[in-house]
Amino acid sequence: MTTALRRWPVLVALCIAALFMVVPFLIVAVNAVKSPAEYSANGPLSLPDGFYTDGITSFWERVDYGQKLVNSLLISSAVAVLGVALSVLNAYAIGIGRIKGRTWVLAFFVLANMLPQEALVYPVYYLSKEAGLYDTRLSVIIVFTVLQAAFGTYLLSSVLGHFPREVIEAARIDGANSWQVLWRIVVPISRPTLGVLLVFFFVWTWNEFLLPLVMLVSNDNQTVSVALGVLQGQRLMDATMTNAAALLGVLPAIVFFLVFQRTLTRGIAVGAVR
Amino acid sequence: MTVTVERHGGPTVRKDHRPDRPHSGGPRTPYVLYLLPGVLAFLAVVVVPFLMNTGVSFTDWQGVGSPKWSGLANYRELVDDDEFWASFRHSLFMVVAMAVVPTALGLVLAAALFDYIGKHFGGRIAAVLRACFYLPQVLPVAVAGIVWSWILAPDNGSLNELLKAAGLGSWQQDWLGDPDIALYSVMGVMVWVQLGFPLVVFMAGLQRVDPQLYEAAELDGAGWWRRFRHITLPQIRPETQVVLTWCTIAALKVFGAVYVLTKGGPGGATDVPSYFSFATFFEKTQVGYGAAISTVLTAIILVLSLVGLRLQTRAEDAEEGIRS
Repeated sequence: MTTALRRWPVLVALCIAALFMVVPFLIVAVNAVKSPAEYSANGPLSLPDGFYTDGITSFWERVDYGQKLVNSLLISSAVAVLGVALSVLNAYAIGIGRIKGRTWVLAFFVLANMLPQEALVYPVYYLSKEAGLYDTRLSVIIVFTVLQAAFGTYLLSSVLGHFPREVIEAARIDGANSWQVLWRIVVPISRPTLGVLLVFFFVWTWNEFLLPLVMLVSNDNQTVSVALGVLQGQRLMDATMTNAAALLGVLPAIVFFLVFQRTLTRGIAVGAVR
Repeated sequence: MTVTVERHGGPTVRKDHRPDRPHSGGPRTPYVLYLLPGVLAFLAVVVVPFLMNTGVSFTDWQGVGSPKWSGLANYRELVDDDEFWASFRHSLFMVVAMAVVPTALGLVLAAALFDYIGKHFGGRIAAVLRACFYLPQVLPVAVAGIVWSWILAPDNGSLNELLKAAGLGSWQQDWLGDPDIALYSVMGVMVWVQLGFPLVVFMAGLQRVDPQLYEAAELDGAGWWRRFRHITLPQIRPETQVVLTWCTIAALKVFGAVYVLTKGGPGGATDVPSYFSFATFFEKTQVGYGAAISTVLTAIILVLSLVGLRLQTRAEDAEEGIRS
């Protein structure tokens, strides 16, 4: 009985802490559906009287949010798929091919992964201008495919390093070449890990800020993150608009979170640390 | 849980024994070829730009025309630049906010959720609470910045309104606009953003700790705090090291949050190296000087990474065979 009584304060304390983490989301949601008049009359803490959606729709139209979503989706999906493909090829050579000097090759990818983007951003900006790729979604896709693959190679090389050799040898004896082994055996068997990587690359690319900010200047190419960040930086938004922006920025993240929650938490358990 | 870098000792079985390659002949692709696309892509996107950036740091260049060689002039200027030192000092604050505090809080919370809530109230409640703590981690940092700069706004901001409603009107502040407070406000936001990551990693790590250890300690009459200190902490030490290293590096790289919350202001009070180099590159267009800043930042991060990797491999050598 006494222990039961002593347990509750811990739960209550943790619930309050958890509430503190979630409260900003709730405040945003509550205020995004208030009319400007109601907001200025009652302040940010009152509950909304009605369900006012004009703020959201006008923000949507003003920044052409649909286009931003398409851009973000396009860039993130392309990077996820291409990044995983590149990681698989690299990791196949390192983890299964056990090529000579693989420790050094792997160390190279690890270091590339650690490199701050600040040390790449200006030359990438300059070179992409030279190559005529500046302000294109393709340039961002290329850059992030490579940067994400640095991490993917690191993770997958260790996973494939533990791949059952018997399976590969059996396939080889049956006459499969290394390309067939990769696509028919290694990739299907590693599918869970590849799925984790795919999700991570997608979410990470979605959330990237510095390089897309530099590379995507025109409205038609900007991602959600960049568009919202730039608007915020200009300090031109009133309270209702800010909330509409925040809500529209939060929603995709929450959707990903709900869809990918298990993958994300399990993926971290596998060691996808960044 | 960590990624094992195939390094120590290499494969245990049949090293260099590739039964099929040298003898069987036939049209077989050597494995090195699979590395070709990766190597080319990395040359173009990472190696060449990185070398260019380092090269430019020894020049005087505005981004147009050809760079003028200036030797170590940029670095000499850096040493005397108060803004530069301030930005790195703020980096240390960010390390506290993004690595030290989240790791410490994450350890306590993970242990409480796993060992206390999970056991007495069921795993479901623990999982829901964990999800709440993790939620800010999936949020784009630009969006987190929008949310918080609105909450922390001086007029009509939720925090100030809340203080007023609680009768603490005198505590109201211009949280992001007051040079004495802005840095601490940004730190608070970063703790909020970062906390979920160590928590989730530690909770995953705790799952591989033998429950019998806890049961035995409990039978011996060890209280929660003693079990935390003598079982939890030593058992998830590898995770702690990895998390500290990664979070420290993330803290040194922090850019988006500063850009959206304060743009380094007011008066440089929240400037950090990455923002400082960004502004030098693209606003002041002193490309050579910006390159020097980012080169110094890179050097610091690479040294820290190597130290972190060493700690990690050493921890793995000690813990061989636990992870799957």
